[in-house]
Amino acid sequence: MSSTEQNIIGDEEMNLLVTEVFRLYGYDFTNYARASLKRRINRIIIIDRFPSFAELLYRVKHDPSYFKRLVEELTVNVTEMFRDPAVFKTIREEILPVLATNPFIRIWHAGCATGEEVYSMAILLEEANLLHKSLLYATDLNPTVIENIRRGIFPLSQMKQYSENYNLSGGKKDFSQYYTANYDRAKFDDRLKAKMITATHNLVSDRSFNEFNLIFCRNVLIYFDKQLQDKVFSLFDESLQKLGFLVLGSKENLRFSKVAKKFAQLHEKEKIWRKIT
Amino acid sequence: MAENHLNESRVVVIGGSAGSLDTVMRIAGAINEFTQHTFILVVHRKNTTDSNFEDLITSKTRLLVKEVEDKEYITTGTIYIAPPDYHLLVEDQHMFSLDSSEKVHYSRPSIDVTFESAALAFGTALTGILLSGANADGAEGIRKIAKAGGYTIVEDPTTASAAYMPQQAINLVTVDAIVPGASMPGYLVKHLLNAGNR
Ligand SMILES: C[S@@+](CC[C@H](N)C(=O)[O-])C[C@H]1O[C@@H](n2cnc3c(N)ncnc32)[C@H](O)[C@@H]1O
Repeated sequence: MSSTEQNIIGDEEMNLLVTEVFRLYGYDFTNYARASLKRRINRIIIIDRFPSFAELLYRVKHDPSYFKRLVEELTVNVTEMFRDPAVFKTIREEILPVLATNPFIRIWHAGCATGEEVYSMAILLEEANLLHKSLLYATDLNPTVIENIRRGIFPLSQMKQYSENYNLSGGKKDFSQYYTANYDRAKFDDRLKAKMITATHNLVSDRSFNEFNLIFCRNVLIYFDKQLQDKVFSLFDESLQKLGFLVLGSKENLRFSKVAKKFAQLHEKEKIWRKIT
Repeated sequence: MAENHLNESRVVVIGGSAGSLDTVMRIAGAINEFTQHTFILVVHRKNTTDSNFEDLITSKTRLLVKEVEDKEYITTGTIYIAPPDYHLLVEDQHMFSLDSSEKVHYSRPSIDVTFESAALAFGTALTGILLSGANADGAEGIRKIAKAGGYTIVEDPTTASAAYMPQQAINLVTVDAIVPGASMPGYLVKHLLNAGNR
């Protein structure tokens, strides 16, 4: 048969893996959205060439070093700089002027992946002359991806796209002044990362750790079920100052959550909310 | 009777690439009466920020047209559109979810991804239609729909603007019907009426 033929694992197998991962490693995927998680597990079985689900489960149970790889592949790390440029334009034009009135600006990027979003924000802050009084907390469940933030190195092949995104976000400079090209890599200027603090933080199990003026959590909640989304929205509510801002992914919505009453959406089209009480 | 109507072919999922837009719009214009059905569109688009698509479909139909948001409830009388740059998944019979993972067959949204999860969720209640297109996306999805007991319709490659996509599906699986693009709206309407009366 065709090489693309796959045996889709069932709910029972998925539950078994989730249970074992929690029991052995303490990472809780119970309330992740099922359809997507199922695809991720199937994908691992294929790319790591396990003959069947049983072999994957055996490996997870008996080889702790494989667990790191499992987490990397179960989670989705796709990201880009100035993703959804219109959002960054709104931040530039409407949010930064408000934040500028504070003596300090604290920002949290929850589920920041390899950090493209954090560097985008640092560039915005620098252009508004606010970086010196800002701190950007970049957290993710996956320790491997956040290592990249300290390095500040991104594929050079992406720069054309990022530069277009930057322009669409209202950037007026030459984007290439922010990095040095070296072979196939773009190393971003160290002054951008001087104000970044990186840490692992699991939105499922870790608590609030500060009060922020602005929280980004984009394209992370789509991997959670409604119940877990609600829990994380409460965490953000606790972690936001009054009149602080919450930025979600372009297809995510706060509308049906328990904390919805405490927030007002900035514009109908944009996924930016402000904590009003 | 009413129960049957709900169970047979009550969900229709349609996939195609840019060249299939015309057929998709004609289908949208033909299904006004099917207010107890749910329609899901996955169309590869060139420009990811092109939001005209929703407006184009809206202009052709009296059904509700919605680009899907994450964890949106699935209701009847609605044509749902997979948003650009996300895979559209069916969580269960009542809910969608989105996923921004790797492209499949160079595509996001991928037809395979939506077809497969819809097949798992709806089984025999699903009808899958694969239209014209120039890559292999959708063929595996059609196979999964057939395997789950759903009804499969593929555009006739000999009259399709791009034959590759429907031809791949036909090579992979025995589909229930091969229909020229021009007759697709009429064929679908007849199929849904028959399924409802069965
Ligand atoms: C698709 S990326 C989003 C990156 C960026 N925010 C964006 O929108 O481009 C999703 C990230 O969420 C992280 N993630 C998944 N589950 C998490 C959890 N429970 N706690 C914290 N981060 C999590 C993944 O490791 C991944 O890096």
